[in-house]
Amino acid sequence: MSTIKPVSSAPLFCRHLVLTHFWVAFAAFFLALLLGEWQMFIRSPLRHWLGDPELYYRSVTAHGSAMAYVLPTLVAMGFGYAIVETALKQRLIGLRWAWAGLILVVVGTVTAMLPVSLGLATVLYTFYPPLIGNPFYYIGIVLVVVGSWVWVGLMAVNLQAWKRANPGAPIPLPMFANVAGAYLWAWTSLGAAIEILCQILPVALGFRSTIDAGLARVFFSWTLHAIVYFWLIPAYIAYYTLVPRAIGGRLYSDTMARISFVLFLVFSMPIGIHHLFQDPQVGAGIKFLHAVLTVMVSVPTFLTVFTICASVEIAGRLRGGRGLLGWLAALPWKNPMMLAVALSFVMLGFGGAGGLINMSYELNFAVHNTQWVTGHFHLIFGGAIVIMYFAVAYDLWPHLTGKALLEGAMMRTQLWLWGIGMVILTFPWHVVGIMGMPRRMAFYDYADPALAAMALQVILSVIGGLLLVVSGTLFVLVLLRGHRGETIALPEYRYSAPLHALARLPVALNSFALWLALMVGLTIVNYGVPIYQLMGIQQTSVPAISSGSGR
Amino acid sequence: MSEERLFSLKNRWFTGSVAGLVLLMLLSAAVGFIWLPRAQTQRDLAGVWDAICSATGVAAPFSPPALPDSEAIRSSNVVVAPGMMASADTQSVGRGATLAMQCTMCHGARGMSPAEAPHLAGQVAAATYKQLRDFKSGHRSSAVMQPMVTRLDDRDMRDLAAYYAFLPRDHVVAPGDASPGDASPGDASPGDASPAPVLVSNGAPMRAIAACSACHAQGVHKAAVPLLDGQPAVYLEAQLSAFHGAARHNDINEQMRNATRRLTPEEIRLLAAYYASH
Repeated sequence: MSTIKPVSSAPLFCRHLVLTHFWVAFAAFFLALLLGEWQMFIRSPLRHWLGDPELYYRSVTAHGSAMAYVLPTLVAMGFGYAIVETALKQRLIGLRWAWAGLILVVVGTVTAMLPVSLGLATVLYTFYPPLIGNPFYYIGIVLVVVGSWVWVGLMAVNLQAWKRANPGAPIPLPMFANVAGAYLWAWTSLGAAIEILCQILPVALGFRSTIDAGLARVFFSWTLHAIVYFWLIPAYIAYYTLVPRAIGGRLYSDTMARISFVLFLVFSMPIGIHHLFQDPQVGAGIKFLHAVLTVMVSVPTFLTVFTICASVEIAGRLRGGRGLLGWLAALPWKNPMMLAVALSFVMLGFGGAGGLINMSYELNFAVHNTQWVTGHFHLIFGGAIVIMYFAVAYDLWPHLTGKALLEGAMMRTQLWLWGIGMVILTFPWHVVGIMGMPRRMAFYDYADPALAAMALQVILSVIGGLLLVVSGTLFVLVLLRGHRGETIALPEYRYSAPLHALARLPVALNSFALWLALMVGLTIVNYGVPIYQLMGIQQTSVPAISSGSGR
Repeated sequence: MSEERLFSLKNRWFTGSVAGLVLLMLLSAAVGFIWLPRAQTQRDLAGVWDAICSATGVAAPFSPPALPDSEAIRSSNVVVAPGMMASADTQSVGRGATLAMQCTMCHGARGMSPAEAPHLAGQVAAATYKQLRDFKSGHRSSAVMQPMVTRLDDRDMRDLAAYYAFLPRDHVVAPGDASPGDASPGDASPGDASPAPVLVSNGAPMRAIAACSACHAQGVHKAAVPLLDGQPAVYLEAQLSAFHGAARHNDINEQMRNATRRLTPEEIRLLAAYYASH
């Protein structure tokens, strides 16, 4: 295990592993995409009421679980393995472990989806205790998480091996960010793991009949917000290390990138209680602390937007762009990566602004539990992040298949459709949220004067969703065609070069110990107090409500 | 680079990040735990410690009673919750069968009523149990049922409920229960194959009437909610009318009174016919 074998020529040594991760992820994504559009349609004015709300919620559970747990986890894992080989230039240590981790994720997904499709675990992907579903749903989710923990361990092991072989050298930026994401995931997945193992599973297996729903929500919020940053890290890695290279520019600042990633590590974790602003069991002071730290997490996002815009400007000027805005026209707009990052930034901008509204204690009252929130996370995750997943897949694909991927026009169509579709889907979604339409409901009576004014917006959303289905289909088609291209001799897989070569890197930006310590410390302060406080209150448990089993 | 120590007071990254974070936390805590709670004038806080406790979410002492004292104000004495009925054993069913001898006149030898009284065979145990308790406490009034239940204790009522839940439900539709010709045409016509009336599947949101099937359906498992399928139309119509006029009021949180308040007599007849024939 300890000997490091240098990587020779492309395609990647671990290509089968990465390809399998991506294909499982995108298969789950595609099925969940169809379910999502069905849900939009079924609760729109275009169709008469379904009649059985259970079917709707069952679909929501499957859509959410696949999109939130399976797709991003597998993309992060597969991309991470590819980064070890391409950025560290060493063969992946622990290939068998990696396959074992993948098998755990796949087995977990199937185990979780069986009870969901049978209607035995209609609890939505956020679990919602005291609603309790079939134990196999939760066991499946735990298996997915445990499988991803294998990946976390492998990332740490591979980085250590590289450090031993290259003492004192700066960790390549993609790997630095990748490991930051892995550590973030390891720590943030702990909250939901505690909730499932200590609170939900004992009830689901029949050992207990009551559950402290308030405490469970606090544990879930531990995972719920930082998981978004775990989804986001692969997209941010692409911003910093793939975009400037792909469009012929330079990364404006390597140091700024590292600072952004360590700030994510510190600040994305202890802020989840901003999801519980309306929960009476959490004290107002605790909510205020979480709101302040949520503001802090916008700092690395702003740093990133600035750095990437500067890097793109460098590319524009290198290509002969002149003047204040002339460099924009000189950019390679036909390059899928350029298109993806531009669309991603538009969606990140609007989604981020919406996020600032959500985390503001008082504005949150206006949008809490409305369709605004659903619109928001579809715009940020489904839009800004997932479009970069597409770009990563396109960029890596030839190095995984060893074959040319010459579908430029189809890729551009796909990305445009995704960007436009997501805007048409989510902007009206935000609007109906402001108008007061509640989320998590299966049926809306548009004949009601209070809802009649929302009918048009909801229909627009259905059309946006349809564009997304077309785009998702094109995406799968492009990747499938990539397997049938002609075999080519590949250049070495490269990442962006920084504008100024790294002369010297402070040890703080070349290691994780300090930032992990701050992350854990902040979590203990921000979650330790409310958890300790809630566990001390007597008689807070309520009877569990079972989903889909006997009375 | 390796000689540079990270966790050292000489490392500006270490001291800077830790000091910055501690300062941020102290400032936010001062605002969130001391200033804001005290600035809210409607709060009666004795001092700084009180402010901190309230902002942390320390619960104030619980002050009962939250429920009205008088039994007459309450709609029922029964605490309805999932798992309120222990799973039935054979002894319980057997005792229930013996006790049920006195019920056969109206509810039938095997729980299928020959007399327009509700069919109890296969009924949800919690539902039967709650009604027995309500008859006994007077929360539901019936000149027939009240004398029958006065001598039943809690175990008797649980056993009766278990026995009736154990009995198989014969799907018999008495000819008088529903005549399809009575009902209005279209999606509201009764019968197994016909679609449910819109009131059953959707309710009437504009009149704040929830869908009947949100609670009364085979797949929906809500505690103490009875199954209505196949019950005598006469009985269903009488009960819906009683809820409608609030003559019957043992529904917790007025669920049924709210659901039926704005029903028209024609709709009540339609719903009764639908469930009777279903």
